[in-house]
Amino acid sequence: MQTAEPTAPTQTAITVRGFSSWYGSFQALRSLELEIPSQQITAFIGPSGCGKSTFLRWINRMNDTIPSARAEGTLDLHGEDLLSKSLDVVDLRRRVGMVFQKPNPFPKSIYDNVAFGPRLHKSYTRAELDELVEQSLRSASIWSEVKDRLHSSALGLSGGQQQRLCIARAIAVGPEVLLMDEPCSALDPKSTLAIEELIETLADRYTIVIVTHNMQQAARVSDQTAFFFEGRLVESGATETIWNKPKNKQTEDYITGRFG
Amino acid sequence: MAAVRSASTRLLANRAFLTLCLAATSIAMLVLAILLLAIFVQGWSGLSWDFLTGLPSRKADKAGVFVALMGSLWVCAICGLLALPLGVATAVFLEEFAQKTRFTRIVQTNIMNLAGVPSIVYGILGLTAFARMFGAFGTNVEDAITLGSEESLFFLRIPFGSSVLAGGLTLMLVILPVVIIATQEALRAVPGSLRAGAFALGATRWQTVWGITLPAAVPGIMTGAILAMSRAIGESAPLLVLGGALFVSGAPENLMSDFAVLPLQIYNWASRPQESFHAIAASAIILQLVVLFLFNGIAVFIRQKLQKPLQ
Repeated sequence: MQTAEPTAPTQTAITVRGFSSWYGSFQALRSLELEIPSQQITAFIGPSGCGKSTFLRWINRMNDTIPSARAEGTLDLHGEDLLSKSLDVVDLRRRVGMVFQKPNPFPKSIYDNVAFGPRLHKSYTRAELDELVEQSLRSASIWSEVKDRLHSSALGLSGGQQQRLCIARAIAVGPEVLLMDEPCSALDPKSTLAIEELIETLADRYTIVIVTHNMQQAARVSDQTAFFFEGRLVESGATETIWNKPKNKQTEDYITGRFG
Repeated sequence: MAAVRSASTRLLANRAFLTLCLAATSIAMLVLAILLLAIFVQGWSGLSWDFLTGLPSRKADKAGVFVALMGSLWVCAICGLLALPLGVATAVFLEEFAQKTRFTRIVQTNIMNLAGVPSIVYGILGLTAFARMFGAFGTNVEDAITLGSEESLFFLRIPFGSSVLAGGLTLMLVILPVVIIATQEALRAVPGSLRAGAFALGATRWQTVWGITLPAAVPGIMTGAILAMSRAIGESAPLLVLGGALFVSGAPENLMSDFAVLPLQIYNWASRPQESFHAIAASAIILQLVVLFLFNGIAVFIRQKLQKPLQ
């Protein structure tokens, strides 16, 4: 399904040119060059501390909460400069959703978790909100499991359910990009599988960027793979190519498990 | 190589330490038990509806705590209504909004220090700032400005003098640092991942605080606030300095009324030579304890009720 019709070539959603970033005097990322295609799944792989999460957090400007973080270069979403000082980050984060490593549902009901985001941005009637919550939960394939207890606490759900709820919550504000920072690393294999299947269905509608430490996961779910090492983007391209014919020795060593 | 210690030696040490801890606990419990027993023996018989609703009197068997009880409730209500919003807002600013600069560090250190200042110092401050208003309106006893009639609920005069409003404001100063620190700790206990989750959905800082952080911190804030209130209701020194009257004929009618409070009433009765007044002082202490336990009970209740959705 991902192999789009030839008449509709894949568009570039996010363009990265000469992108570098620092925490204080520590340079976390060095001159990245990358294009993230629209409505496909791009996986960031690489050893811990290689900068892939840092980069992810620049795409929705979560790094703004860290005073010492700064960046240079080009980072565009459909031609819009994401590093601009005048950018409305509140609006950006509505368009670029994020799912975190550890499920972080709010200590509220399941319903209120999903409704929290939409309510921030505009006022809905009860019926509209009900509809939106149901759709979001359906999209995150958790509706059937929670439809009878929408008003009980989200903290009563299992870890895997909580993570799918967090995905539903992110979807509810209608983003076009979904950033996922190791979304399965705190989950058991069965929940991981459920999330992976979910991610694949979501790629029809959203541009997905997923950071993962799990090589098999990257191979299973992604269309594109980017390999980060020590703050540099070593290699990127179609996942098949990276896995079968990596151009770079480091990439090959990493994905075959020889280091990292 | 260190000598191997036999299991029996270690077990013995373990038991000795346990005994020591138990003994320490027992001493504390014993003192409390003796205190309570003494007060109850002396004061239980004096507790009656008449005592509760009675006005002050020169005769012990006719004297009641009504005026002092109402005074305490008025002062505490004013104190709580002012200290809670002010303290919570300050804590929210310091924890959630302010950049960590030299200025906020100084403010933070000051608040910590203020929490340790003896309450009598606040009494002096209250006397200067609220009761006399720095003498800005003259030093005589005459009020500089009055608003409304003296009998109405909305009577106001400046300076405040030894009124319930001045008393409530002074106690507010006493508990403000406690409320701020308790709220800051409650806010710090809210996981950063929740804030990040809200920011990632496009919430502004204010929406995050109001929608996520504050609700999650409410149990901690309420517990801290009510413990602070229990402190306020037991304070006597600052109100004594302020001129909280030891003999007032009636319960407060408006913010400018003179007032008595339970601790001062107890002090007044206990310091008299007659045995019969010591007995009603004990009765008043029991009443004060009941009010205290009630406050703490509310704190526990709120915490349990609000923490349920968090589990």
